[in-house]
Amino acid sequence: MNIYVLMKKTFDTEEKIQISGGKIEDDGAEFIINPYDEYAIEEAIKIRDEHGGEVTIVTVGDEDSESQLRTGLAMGADKAVLINTEDDVEEGDQVTTAKILEAYFEDKEVDIILAGNVAIDEASGQVGPRLADKLDIPYVTTITSIDIDGDTVKIDKDVEGDVEKVETSLPLLVTCQQGLNEPRYPSLPGIMKAKKKPLEELEIDDLDLDEDDVEAATETVEIFLPPEKEAGKVLEGEVDEQVKELVSLLKSEAKVL
Amino acid sequence: MGKYLVISEVRDGELRNVSFENIAAAKQIDESNEVVAVVLGDGELESLGQELIQYGADKAVVVQHENLKNYTSDGHTQAVMAVIDQEDPDGIVLGHTSEGKDLSPRIASKLDSGLISDVTQIEGSGDDVKFVRPIYSGKAFEKKVIKDGKTFITIRPNNIAPLEKDESRSGDVERVDVDIKDLRTTIKEVIRKASEGVDLSEANVIVAGGRGVKSKEGFDPLYELADVLGGAVGASRGAADAGYCDYSLQIGQTGKVVTPDLYIAVGISGAIQHLAGMSNSKVIVAINKDPEANIFNVADYGIVGDLFEVVPALTEEIKALKG
Repeated sequence: MNIYVLMKKTFDTEEKIQISGGKIEDDGAEFIINPYDEYAIEEAIKIRDEHGGEVTIVTVGDEDSESQLRTGLAMGADKAVLINTEDDVEEGDQVTTAKILEAYFEDKEVDIILAGNVAIDEASGQVGPRLADKLDIPYVTTITSIDIDGDTVKIDKDVEGDVEKVETSLPLLVTCQQGLNEPRYPSLPGIMKAKKKPLEELEIDDLDLDEDDVEAATETVEIFLPPEKEAGKVLEGEVDEQVKELVSLLKSEAKVL
Repeated sequence: MGKYLVISEVRDGELRNVSFENIAAAKQIDESNEVVAVVLGDGELESLGQELIQYGADKAVVVQHENLKNYTSDGHTQAVMAVIDQEDPDGIVLGHTSEGKDLSPRIASKLDSGLISDVTQIEGSGDDVKFVRPIYSGKAFEKKVIKDGKTFITIRPNNIAPLEKDESRSGDVERVDVDIKDLRTTIKEVIRKASEGVDLSEANVIVAGGRGVKSKEGFDPLYELADVLGGAVGASRGAADAGYCDYSLQIGQTGKVVTPDLYIAVGISGAIQHLAGMSNSKVIVAINKDPEANIFNVADYGIVGDLFEVVPALTEEIKALKG
């Protein structure tokens, strides 16, 4: 099977966000594989181990994305592709990324593409479905279980807490939700092997695209931080007194009851 | 002015609240906008169309077909694209819900259009409109504009207030016939696991439990409190990882990002990843036995104490208040 994973690097979830010069300050920030994409990599490896084939991780990013790709290879993926847009794309959006991926996948034989359901930075969740539409293959978002039998695919899809039992077929794109699996940590031998696994680097003109072809349709005009929350009032007294005071404050001061 | 399509959502035969919020959003973008509300389903939809008009839509369009009983990307895309062909809108608004998140990128792709997802606030109007959306799970916000093409957005439930219902308003409810076919995905069964009643993403009140709740059973008093408040129960990653509750309840940087009017954090220490998912709630109450817990730094009101004493007492007190 030809198994592909769409991966994005994101800020570590521990990172505090700071703004400088109107942009998110990324100097010195730790980057990780987007946590939802980790589920996608793990599931891709499991599918390969069961059905055979090859797992290729694809990212649209910059030079530094190699580190997250190597981590994915160390987990057990076979190949990685870095589409480096550093020099060509100033301000991309989901239209940009979907177009680049569409061009990449144009001549590929795909059985399944796995992606995270959202990236925890931009959190638009658009790229997976947009790509599936362009490739004219079905997609199922927020999956928590997948079982492939021949061309038939049985999926559990999380719908705001409910579970839909979905049946569909290959080729297919899915986006992964928490609960799908427990991503493995790369093993030491895995890390050693990953260094020698193929990592292909492309730029958009390798895909016959230029800057204008991938122009964003939306633009970010400002980034700001939410007002810092001040610590509030810690109530005192016996439990029943505290509870009475809380209810009274919620009713008369906060006006939420 | 322009024409806006707002795509409504039906659950168990009723319109979800975000359907009305979509109308308010389209009017907020430009008061003079003509708002066309779209309802898809397999049952009788005319009365839902009328209800949308009472909430401010100028017209409703319904597409009824047996293949629209459950949401599927293929089925709903065919229906919405048929309505778009007919109406040729300048803008489209959907809820940033499970359905909206699944459907909107596909429609945007078909239209070769940009899409601003998960809008929580609309600033300015007309040509100067900007859309505010959280990034990094609410650790920061961005303002976005559409460079050209249709104004296409999804809005986060619970952030843009619906217009007041006006029962005297009436308008046309049109039927559009579309043959919905060739569905590549079929839904065999829907298993209801979500807590009965209030949905976490739309809840005005959330009672969330963390590791301090200690067990599955430990969540029982939280459900009782949520019940008297008409709210939903959520959880921290710690509680979900420990198996005290389902992952679907998880709030945080992974999991849901919520902005209820009242958020009661019970036995939650307040890791940065959890705070990202809830710190934009209007009022936050923290109940924790550790006075040093980080959650107290974002809470409006805190009670330091044993949650198994405090929560039931709080439930009783609110019961008494509500009579």
